[in-house]
Amino acid sequence: MTGIVALYIFMLAAFTGYEIIAKVPVILHTPLMSGSNFVHGIVLVGAMVALGQAHTTLEKTIGFIGVLLAAGNAVGGYAVTERMLEMFKSSGAKSGQPKRGGH
Amino acid sequence: MDTLGAYFSANALIQASYLLTAFLFIMGLKRMSSPVTARSGIVWAGAGMGVATLITFLYPGMSNYGLILIAIAIGSAIAWISGRRVAMTDMPQMIALYNGMGGGAAAAIAAVELYKGEPLSLSIATLAVIGGMIGAVSFSGSLIAFAKLQGLINRSIRFSGQQILNVLILIAALALGAMVAGGYNISATTVTGVFALSLLLGLAMTLPIGGADMPVVISLYNALTGLAVAFEGFVLGNAAMIIAGTVVGSAGTLLTQLMARAMNRSLGNVLFSGFGDTGGAAAGGGDIKGSMKSIEAADVGVMMAFAQKVIVVPGYGMAVAQAQHKVWELCQLLIDRGVMVRFAIHPVAGRMPGHMNVLLAEAGVPYDLIADLDEINAEFETADVALIIGANDVVNPTARTDKSSPIYGMPILNADKAKNVIVIKRGQGTGFSGVENALFYLDNTRMLYGDGQKAAAELIQAVKAV
Repeated sequence: MTGIVALYIFMLAAFTGYEIIAKVPVILHTPLMSGSNFVHGIVLVGAMVALGQAHTTLEKTIGFIGVLLAAGNAVGGYAVTERMLEMFKSSGAKSGQPKRGGH
Repeated sequence: MDTLGAYFSANALIQASYLLTAFLFIMGLKRMSSPVTARSGIVWAGAGMGVATLITFLYPGMSNYGLILIAIAIGSAIAWISGRRVAMTDMPQMIALYNGMGGGAAAAIAAVELYKGEPLSLSIATLAVIGGMIGAVSFSGSLIAFAKLQGLINRSIRFSGQQILNVLILIAALALGAMVAGGYNISATTVTGVFALSLLLGLAMTLPIGGADMPVVISLYNALTGLAVAFEGFVLGNAAMIIAGTVVGSAGTLLTQLMARAMNRSLGNVLFSGFGDTGGAAAGGGDIKGSMKSIEAADVGVMMAFAQKVIVVPGYGMAVAQAQHKVWELCQLLIDRGVMVRFAIHPVAGRMPGHMNVLLAEAGVPYDLIADLDEINAEFETADVALIIGANDVVNPTARTDKSSPIYGMPILNADKAKNVIVIKRGQGTGFSGVENALFYLDNTRMLYGDGQKAAAELIQAVKAV
């Protein structure tokens, strides 16, 4: 990947991230922060490569810690986000309230 | 990384999988931005993570598979168990903890690359160093944020000249970092120095910040971790990391700004002043006339049972008292009687924006009964009863009028406009900011003293008795 292509990716991804969040209702701020926290758990693949290509004991030790932490980020982020979002439900028809459209 | 300059099929497969992962992440986050589709959003993103992780085992030139598997197993097991068990009230600090782990992982990637001592191109070395530094700051800073919200650290450590010290640490870290990145000195000692100073900076930056401001800080570190991951993605030539990291970096920055705005604070204010400290803020002046008038649960029960519209304003105090289930039970009784019930949520109700919605959702409150500040504020005038439970500063009319108050200018819920205001409160103390609440002294306000859960139970009995 050449430098300029990487910069294009960087720029477009930055706009994408901004656009995704721009219209989020406050009620989802906490789960969304948790969800984006999960997404940067992709650092796991980088940590796996770093450990996979490590040679000395020092490199292997740091790489091991890196993979362990990254797996914690990804799995923990998923567990809590899923738990929070699972609880969000609409009142549907059973309550006497007029149903407002989705946000 | 065009390994060996050749695209073997494994490499093409890996690149295609990372592309798929990036797509799934973006779609997942998009779906997470609406309550209707949010649940499926995390599943999409999770699928993306699974694909990327599995395909990375095929990465060319890899060894140490045993170590990788053990590390994944340990990290996943700890995180899964803690993530499943954590109470919903403790969610903010768990997010901080997992975020810190991600930052630490990004720093670890940088460390492995830099400790190899191989000459790297200037751009790659610079990105590795900056990403590593940001990751290390996010790691130690997030751990402090976790410790503070978990109550492991109760004090905010402040001394004069602190900002100057932090700037000096930053300059020293950048200077060593520049030596490494520029290839002038790539010895292990210098590299260690860069990381040690960065970790120290994260500690020093976060220790003075008070608990109330911590959500903004956690969100900021979340964005920073994303950026660190993106930078290490450049170093490793990994498109999935670049895209996911950058998306989180920019989304997280926006989210941080939204949160700071909801709390009526600027980001600079959060990072460089100490208002968020629970003990340190001075109570604002201002004359409050009148006295607090108490009321019995039975009277409140009658009042609500015959009301047309009741707006419940829950605060973190309700969650601490674990009263949300009782409150929802009470509301269901009222709904069955034909009373229109709404929940009004201030952006900073709970420990972070949106946290209260999670806590209410846990109790079974449907999200379409929950309204945020902009939606609900006009409705207070037509409400017969505003029931305040565990909230304080967010309904304090002083924020509208008293310029000397530390909460002046913060958008508040206009609970004082309701015909009757009932405040369930444990005692007569002040709120998180230490500011006296003018709402409690209004003519249309009655205080129902007691523990949130017990008071809600009494109200349930009172409504049933009507």
